[in-house]
Amino acid sequence: MDTRRHIARHVVDLPKSGIRDFFEIVAKMKDVISLGIGEPDFDTPWHIREAAIYALEKGKTHYTSNLGLFELRREISKYVERHYGPAYRPEDEVIVTVGVSEGLDLALRALLNPGDKVLYHEPCYVSYHPGVILSHGVPIPVTTRAADGFSLNVEDIARAWEPGCKVLMINLPCNPTGGTCDRARLEAIARFAIEKDLIVLTDEIYSELVYDTPHFSISALPGMKERTIFLHGFSKAFAMTGFRIGYACGPAELIEAMMKVHQYSMLCAPIVAQEAAIEALARGEDAMKAMRDNYRRRRDLIVRRLNGAGLACSTPNGAFYAFPSIAATGQTEREFAYGLLEAEKVAVVPGTAFGPSGRGYVRASFATGYEQLAEACNRIDRYVQRQGARTGT
Amino acid sequence: MNPVLKLLIEDGRLTTAQVAQIAGLSEAEVTAHLEQLKKDKILLGWRPVLDLSREGAAAVRAVIEVKITPERGGGFNRLAERISRFEEVESCFLMSGAYDLLILATGSSLQKVASFVSEKLAPIEGVVSTSTHFMLRSYKEGGFPLDLPAESTGRLKVAP
Repeated sequence: MDTRRHIARHVVDLPKSGIRDFFEIVAKMKDVISLGIGEPDFDTPWHIREAAIYALEKGKTHYTSNLGLFELRREISKYVERHYGPAYRPEDEVIVTVGVSEGLDLALRALLNPGDKVLYHEPCYVSYHPGVILSHGVPIPVTTRAADGFSLNVEDIARAWEPGCKVLMINLPCNPTGGTCDRARLEAIARFAIEKDLIVLTDEIYSELVYDTPHFSISALPGMKERTIFLHGFSKAFAMTGFRIGYACGPAELIEAMMKVHQYSMLCAPIVAQEAAIEALARGEDAMKAMRDNYRRRRDLIVRRLNGAGLACSTPNGAFYAFPSIAATGQTEREFAYGLLEAEKVAVVPGTAFGPSGRGYVRASFATGYEQLAEACNRIDRYVQRQGARTGT
Repeated sequence: MNPVLKLLIEDGRLTTAQVAQIAGLSEAEVTAHLEQLKKDKILLGWRPVLDLSREGAAAVRAVIEVKITPERGGGFNRLAERISRFEEVESCFLMSGAYDLLILATGSSLQKVASFVSEKLAPIEGVVSTSTHFMLRSYKEGGFPLDLPAESTGRLKVAP
């Protein structure tokens, strides 16, 4: 039987993740230094893991409220107000989700009617485009550029805008570019969002990992709290990716709508992860800051070495990815990534995995220990020099 | 903070060349920083962290709580410094609470540690009392857990 004809059209039409096939190859190779990993190399700090174990010992094995444990929502509310500005009521303006991934999905499913358009910047996280499609929306990409540090420009958003746009989805700092926006740019974007009556989904999962200028959230600007869904989680700042725990904050009506979808699909986030998250917020900030300092030094190392090797790379202000241009090698991003893997056993991700505008770039994660990172840089340097010799540049 | 010192705190196993690469300095500059740290008595020395019980060569170790009489003018310092000079004394700390000095002592046998306490430490004028606890087993040394399985590295090789 041809089961394929039973699959929904929009799912059949979804392209396979550009990371998936590359992963298959890397997984089979030995002794690869991987700069292809989008998660911290640090294990979750022990006190957080211990809190999870203790939760199990205490018999915390049941469902929680659909919105999440009240104590966690209260701690989230305090944390968000302290670090980002807006004060959300834990009673009805905060929902605990299974990572930001679920938060985004809930928001899109709660907001979009079929055919509604969603603006988002690109290169971007791999699930943005498919997430919109799966919610029967129409994705409208806005390209960000290396010359601009992959920051986001209101002019570019305005140019991409068309009637029927309902949502603007932003991710700052950005995976894969590390791009961020200063307050002035966000103010212009906020004015545009108000003018065009857009709901803003702001995915700030990397916001603790900002290095040179302080992070600023669009949700803190006048008139924005009422039209913004603030999405955040524990994966990156507290090295808790496998716990799958995040949250969304926003106007009560929108959170209620997201809660409906959540209640009938996920029910609630896992209780053990929620207990661990309470511990992370209560006592995790020192470990988080130590990890950030570490990332900053690794960033400086890899950016210096990539530029030294002849791959133009702007300094990412946030997250843990370098996003160098590989134009100097005369190769496409896929040729470069596959060539580097084969010749030097270093894995980086072709930029087009993050959208067509990633053409000519690769993503190199610096969530890897110093020794491995330094060795990977040596190998990349060697590979690039060989390509240069071959093309005669 | 001195960038070299920061890296030493984070990972003392890095070589001079690696520290140079990470901090963006030349190796000569790193060496100069290390020399300065030694001069400033911040960097006291290097030693490996070993689990010698696996070699069957573990030393006998003891924690000794010592009460001493402080002296006019010098407080506890003169006596503490005198006691610290014994080679059996690995570390020596002035403590708050029920006793004054906490000593970590080592010796090749139980006898040797015991005779250090009874023949050297206790008879010193000013030492009021000692209380010796021998260590039975070590679970963590200098930041390294001993018997735990290696931590994860269960990351996928490529992830979004």
